[in-house]
Amino acid sequence: MKVVAKTANEAMAEAMRQINPDVVAAYPITPSTEIVQIFSRFVADGEVDTEFVPVESEHSAASACTGAAAAGARVMTATSSQGLALMNEVLFVTPALRLPIVICAINRTLSAPINIHCDHSDTMDQRDSGWMQFYVEDSQEAYDSVIQAVRITEEAFLPAIVSADAFILSHSLQRIEMLEDEEVQDFIGEHKTPYSVLDVDNPITVGPLDLQDYYFEHKRGEAEAMRKTPPIIKKVDREFGERFGREYGLIEEYRIKDANKAIVVMGSTAGTAKEVVDTLRQDGEKVGVVKVKAFRPWPREDINKSLEGLEYVAVMDRAEGMNGFGSPLFTEVRSSLYEIDKRPDIYGYVYGLGGRDVKPRDLKKVFDDLKKVESGKKIERVNYLGVRE
Amino acid sequence: MAEDLIEIRWHGRGGQGAKTAALLFGEAAIDTGMFIQAFPEYGPERTGAPIKSFNRLSKKPIRLHSGITNPNIVLVLDPTLLKTIDVLEGLEKGGILIVNTHKSPKEMREELSVEPGILVYTLDASKIAMETIGMNKPNTPMLGALARVTHILDFDKMLESIERKLKKKFRGKPEEIVSKNMEAIKTAHKMTKGEE
Repeated sequence: MKVVAKTANEAMAEAMRQINPDVVAAYPITPSTEIVQIFSRFVADGEVDTEFVPVESEHSAASACTGAAAAGARVMTATSSQGLALMNEVLFVTPALRLPIVICAINRTLSAPINIHCDHSDTMDQRDSGWMQFYVEDSQEAYDSVIQAVRITEEAFLPAIVSADAFILSHSLQRIEMLEDEEVQDFIGEHKTPYSVLDVDNPITVGPLDLQDYYFEHKRGEAEAMRKTPPIIKKVDREFGERFGREYGLIEEYRIKDANKAIVVMGSTAGTAKEVVDTLRQDGEKVGVVKVKAFRPWPREDINKSLEGLEYVAVMDRAEGMNGFGSPLFTEVRSSLYEIDKRPDIYGYVYGLGGRDVKPRDLKKVFDDLKKVESGKKIERVNYLGVRE
Repeated sequence: MAEDLIEIRWHGRGGQGAKTAALLFGEAAIDTGMFIQAFPEYGPERTGAPIKSFNRLSKKPIRLHSGITNPNIVLVLDPTLLKTIDVLEGLEKGGILIVNTHKSPKEMREELSVEPGILVYTLDASKIAMETIGMNKPNTPMLGALARVTHILDFDKMLESIERKLKKKFRGKPEEIVSKNMEAIKTAHKMTKGEE
């Protein structure tokens, strides 16, 4: 183990170096951040054995990655924002073909207006694509999650996006503990694939026409694969924790046990929320945080167990669902809670769009709102935090 | 908030190395066992345009991911910024202001109407940079001033760390560029002035 200073961009690129994937196909131009640029230096310096394919667009990057994975390669790439959006068409193909790929994504907003800063609209756009999605709180978690994702995707035969908040994490230097190269290799193990399109002795067909007779069964199988991912994620995470001392879970509970109010949040804001909770706790307020790490698969059981018995919950979305009601995390949490008896009164907050800073006082205001509700006042069901109305 | 958290804001102009200074200071702090964040304020980046960069330092893991609005320490790399930017914004009592200027701390206090309780230090970092490095690169001298004023980091350990990082950064360039920068930091450390 060595202690180093890394941005999330560098941390994820270092994880990619240590993973040493067979193929990386990428289009490393803005809105992609410098992950691929750093990684391409590792390629040029001979520090990895990776076949690096500098394609002409993100659509091609996703296509080349999917093809390489079908050939049995261990495949990774990185992108962001419009780049991820341009991959969209192909991103639905990868999990349907049950191929493991890991994308290191930096969460940048989508146009318009043009903006390169943080929010989660780009990955939320891929919500129903069939990729697992992991949101991280800091550079350390970004690094650890990329390494874990290799194992998770290869056991689940589904791809995953590991995403870190743009600038707040991607360009902020932080202290991280890096594993030795051998430790990473030992943890991820050798890449095994049951089928390869290049295996001429055992020819297979990948991605053929599949009409009314079997399309539905194949989608049903894909859905079932996603349904079975939570135990795989937990197992890999636990093993990572046993070996290296850091474990994350599908969700993380912070001072929830005796709390009556909580914020549910993803990404770097979870850290700020923990600080706010510590401050409010000093004044005797019973508040906590639930950090959602895995958004896909949706950790329904963990969320329900965690929020059951709480009285007031605010769900924070760094994306706008444009459904006229509430954003994706809010609607997921609220829908899950329907099946439990003692469910909290739940409110939605959209925050931080286009990189708008989220200060401790903003999060304190959310808890203040919940206190208002507790004292009998009414607030909107879905709210916008830190915006000029 | 965590009591042992130190927040720093650097003001400079694009090209003066405010970002690099924050990164070097952050990395040096990690080498002495601290937890850090170092990040620039990203906007349109143009040489000469006013920019800010930031540091957080703590003995404990740093969980805050918001911007820095109430820094403990403010460093100004370019005195011409004083006319257009409110460098004192958010700096509260007990805070520290360090300015690259040939003026005395007393003159600076009067010029900026710095309220009592905020400590003012000055250093002619541009002059030191010209005399040692041969270019107006005030960022490394200001690191010397920061070390002198705050004692956050052990000075010798900080020098070691910065030398290592500069050697890496200037790999392939003439070796003397590193030694000149190191000399600038040491000179600055001696020359930083506080109020009597």
